Amino acid sequence: MSAPFVILACGNPSRGDDALGPQLLARLDAWLRAEGLAESFALIEDFQFQIEHALDLEARRAALFIDAGTGTPAPFTLQPVLPDDTPGHSTHAIPPAAVLAVYRRVVGGEPPPAHVLCVRGERFELGTGLSPAAAAHLEAAWPSLRAFCHALLQSTADGGKA
Amino acid sequence: MSYRLETAEHPEQLRRVAIDPVSRVEGHGKVTLLLDDSNKVHQVRLHIVEFRGFEKFIQGRPYWEVPVMVQRLCGICPVSHHLAAAKAMDAIVGARRLTPTAEKMRRLMHYGQILQSHALHFFHLCSPDLLFGFDSEVGRRNIVGVAETHPETARRGVLLRKFGQEAIRITAGKRIHGTGAIPGGVNKSLSIEERDTLLRDAYQMVAWARDAVHLARQLHETDPALYNSFGIFRSHFMSLVGADGRMDLYDGRLRARDDAGAIFFDGVAQADYEKHIQEEVKPWSYMKFPYFRALGNEHGWYKVGPLARVQNCDAMPTPLADAERREFLDYAGGTPMHAALGYHWARMIEMLHAAETIKDLLHDPDLLGGELMAGGERGFEGVGMIEAPRGTLIHHYRVGEDDLVTMCNLIVSTTHNNQAMNEAIRHVARRYLHGREITEGLLNHIEVAIRAYDPCLSCATHALGKMPLAVELRDADGSLVHRLSRGA
Repeated sequence: MSAPFVILACGNPSRGDDALGPQLLARLDAWLRAEGLAESFALIEDFQFQIEHALDLEARRAALFIDAGTGTPAPFTLQPVLPDDTPGHSTHAIPPAAVLAVYRRVVGGEPPPAHVLCVRGERFELGTGLSPAAAAHLEAAWPSLRAFCHALLQSTADGGKA
Repeated sequence: MSYRLETAEHPEQLRRVAIDPVSRVEGHGKVTLLLDDSNKVHQVRLHIVEFRGFEKFIQGRPYWEVPVMVQRLCGICPVSHHLAAAKAMDAIVGARRLTPTAEKMRRLMHYGQILQSHALHFFHLCSPDLLFGFDSEVGRRNIVGVAETHPETARRGVLLRKFGQEAIRITAGKRIHGTGAIPGGVNKSLSIEERDTLLRDAYQMVAWARDAVHLARQLHETDPALYNSFGIFRSHFMSLVGADGRMDLYDGRLRARDDAGAIFFDGVAQADYEKHIQEEVKPWSYMKFPYFRALGNEHGWYKVGPLARVQNCDAMPTPLADAERREFLDYAGGTPMHAALGYHWARMIEMLHAAETIKDLLHDPDLLGGELMAGGERGFEGVGMIEAPRGTLIHHYRVGEDDLVTMCNLIVSTTHNNQAMNEAIRHVARRYLHGREITEGLLNHIEVAIRAYDPCLSCATHALGKMPLAVELRDADGSLVHRLSRGA
């Protein structure tokens, strides 16, 4: 039986603050294991969100997308996202809303409720580590991420109202 | 004729149009056009504005780290870099010949990569233009639009790519940052469960890939006036071919044909590539311009990738793909096809070949066990080549006595096609933009020509809020005359 919740994070760990998503996912993985909650969450890391990630949403109660942002509010935003058929011009990496829209077309029906955690990054050069600002943003986002996971589990306990 | 469009005589007197960044390609590129007051085109350039610096980045690292590190170059073709580096490092550990298990595991990984990348490119990046038209409504010219109008095509595109990603995950350990190939071999074989997981879908993938070839062919036959001439110019071709002259995307020797299809050189060992290929630097792009030494920089440039490979080999080793290849050659009428949109058809033939190869490999018991590693006399220089989805990929390293890399030279597939892409957009600019009012739809013709080559301009930097496309038309004084923008 697949995990009821899926958390997808994208980013290139060698590209400076693009590593925010993978770093948060790695930290989350360790924490979920330590808390004995790992079975409830499927964690997926990739370089970019792509159309096939719609298939990773199948049979989930809820989904969370984690990505670095540029020019986005600091330190982070965590907000719901709905399927959006209004496409961007770039499809080599598609936004979470488009992944949800693809779900409707490819899988059929409504995708699970989803949120986006967007943590602001500042620099994305190859071979650099996290900038001090991004590291601070990650720390700021971490308690909210844990609280979000607890809320998901609580919603299941309350009848699956994720 | 189009070559003259590289540098205008009096650029200061001309208006500048910039397409920045080019969308639906991997990475960041910019096209600039210089026009006079009558919209006549005087200069067209594809600039690669992203600087990788990866060759310096890798120096000083232990050689065994390199096959994993180089995957960070790219989010679309990390496996190609992983395998090219591993092949180069085979020479460092003296593995002149891999074990059957190691070579077949690497091949399975590589053909999974070809399949997923070609499916992504055709269905996700290009089918909107091909199915709806180059100047159709922007809001519809994307994969979501394809899904709406052609749901089965979109679904197959998703599942083909996912199957290729699964082959990578199973052979490399993970879909990204895999560690399957190591200097001298691989670190795992296939379990029966893993094999059966892939076998379950392999035959369906072959059937869908064949349908995709027919879709690409149908596009050509429906509008031959467009497909047979768009972005056309004559050039040489280059690719690896197997020892028997058949297509081999994992290994082989370099072969080149001239623009009429005659073999120009053949049987060139990978380690000897520098005897035949020279790289030129130009001040307006970070990407180098390779050419055949024997012909010089003005006449020695060439194309790589599916269009080159399908026409450069003597045959393809899988029956369905080879039958489609022969149909492709017949369609071209016995002379090489040079039209840029021919890349899509050729790419789908290769996708079919990849699906067939995976299906056949999965029946090979060598994948399920056996020796994983080979070794021999320690070396200090290695060249690893592979036919990546976009074309010939060259990794060249020197390693010191202390096991640290002292020199790294990479010629990535897109670099080989650099001059060819510039020529294609010059041809399109002359044909579609010359003397006309510039519109978004006409500018998209430029992007369609670039996209046919499936360029990977160094990638995987992405973030929410990035990748706007803005086109600005400025007069010679730099004042904004007109602006079009899309996206964020």
